[in-house]
Amino acid sequence: MGNFLTSSSIGKKFVMSISGCFLVLFLLFHLAMNATAIFSPEAYNVICAALGANWYAVAGTAVLALGVFVHFIYALILTFQNWKARGGIKRYAVTKKEDSVNWSSKNMFVLGCIIVIGLVAHLYNFWYNMMFVELLGEHSNSFGLVPTDGAGLIMLHFANIVWVIIYLVWFVALWFHLTHGLWSMMQTIGWNNNIWLRRLKCIANILATIIMLGFAAVVIVYYLKSLGCDFLAA
Amino acid sequence: MNFTLKIWRQKDAKSKGGFETFKVQDISPDTSFLEMLDILNNNLIHEGKDPIVFDHDCREGICGMCSLHINGFAHGPDTEITTCQLHMRKFKDGDTITIEPWRSSAFPVIKDLAVDRSAFDKILQAGGFISVNTGGVPDANSILIPKKDADESMDAAACIGCGACVATCKNGSAMLFVAARVSSLAKLPQGRVEGARRAKAMVAKMDELGFGSCTNTRACESQCPKLISISHIARLNREFLKAKFRD
Repeated sequence: MGNFLTSSSIGKKFVMSISGCFLVLFLLFHLAMNATAIFSPEAYNVICAALGANWYAVAGTAVLALGVFVHFIYALILTFQNWKARGGIKRYAVTKKEDSVNWSSKNMFVLGCIIVIGLVAHLYNFWYNMMFVELLGEHSNSFGLVPTDGAGLIMLHFANIVWVIIYLVWFVALWFHLTHGLWSMMQTIGWNNNIWLRRLKCIANILATIIMLGFAAVVIVYYLKSLGCDFLAA
Repeated sequence: MNFTLKIWRQKDAKSKGGFETFKVQDISPDTSFLEMLDILNNNLIHEGKDPIVFDHDCREGICGMCSLHINGFAHGPDTEITTCQLHMRKFKDGDTITIEPWRSSAFPVIKDLAVDRSAFDKILQAGGFISVNTGGVPDANSILIPKKDADESMDAAACIGCGACVATCKNGSAMLFVAARVSSLAKLPQGRVEGARRAKAMVAKMDELGFGSCTNTRACESQCPKLISISHIARLNREFLKAKFRD
């Protein structure tokens, strides 16, 4: 049974769906955590301390990294195989956009690459200066902050308009990726039909928008805070 | 009507191929697209030139033989039709029309616009059938089938195996074709009993022949002349995954 997950086209797509589903669940958890930072930096730092260098958090991070790795490696394999199947570079001289085809559905790999590039930058900005510093047994990161001061790190990065723009572009790419990925995931595991297709696409759009706006809110609120507009402080 | 045609010419599967430009004149708007190509070929033969090779048979939209990628669309810029049902009134006088063969590594070019679609036959031979003993034909009412199931089965069975789904898909995937076959049989009691074996065998053959995987862009559905829905692909995924997890 097992090898169909590595050998058959549907099996490989199934792995993409399950790993993608896992990553969406993580995003929702991460979003709930980040939302805390908007209302209470102190509460956010308590969560950061709880998710520091303890075995549960390290094991969770390792599983998460595995999920990202599997999703990305399978995307690479499938994209290459699909490129070969369509005849490589021998495509049509004239192409037109078909009705009912979303732009994101044809550009999932490109969107995924943008997300991975953003992820590397994000890991460097936060994980490297938080959990990694703790794992090394050090008491302050490269910015001179204690590694559990997540709110401080957020403040530090999003006072910079360049990081604000990079993160917002990242979230938009994530939105496009999720609007297709969420319903496509259900289609691939077979949980779809003519009635549910529209419903699933609607749910995917809503969920992707919540995730994007939630993450973007943290970036924008902290940028405004850096400009002195701390409207939540009152 | 007068047209400029940019047509893909290729001697055989191994040759490089390229576009050649032709002019056709005094074409009636009611001429079908294939008849327009017949007129062009007639002219080419009279000039002592090699006529353009293209697939066709019934010219009624039911045999699935005609193909052609016309101005960026499989079966041309109209919906719910095959190339043989496309008429020149769909174009404007003086238009330049680009005509290409189906592009997919599983559909190699035989010559010019004709491609080898025998990969579909191989997939069908792998499992697109039901195993029955020969003998007397049973009464049609002896096996009762709910109307909804019969309708779904017939919707899937409308697939004519033309290959527009593969030609349109950016992955060269045959999932819509395989799904239509699996679905049309899975919804009927006669086909249900071999559902698991069929799904596994047809998907294995599809993969072996070099078709790509489905990324759910829905391009196949939009270009299918018989409007086969991607809900059949969801059923194929269910059939295949259930069968594999049971193994």
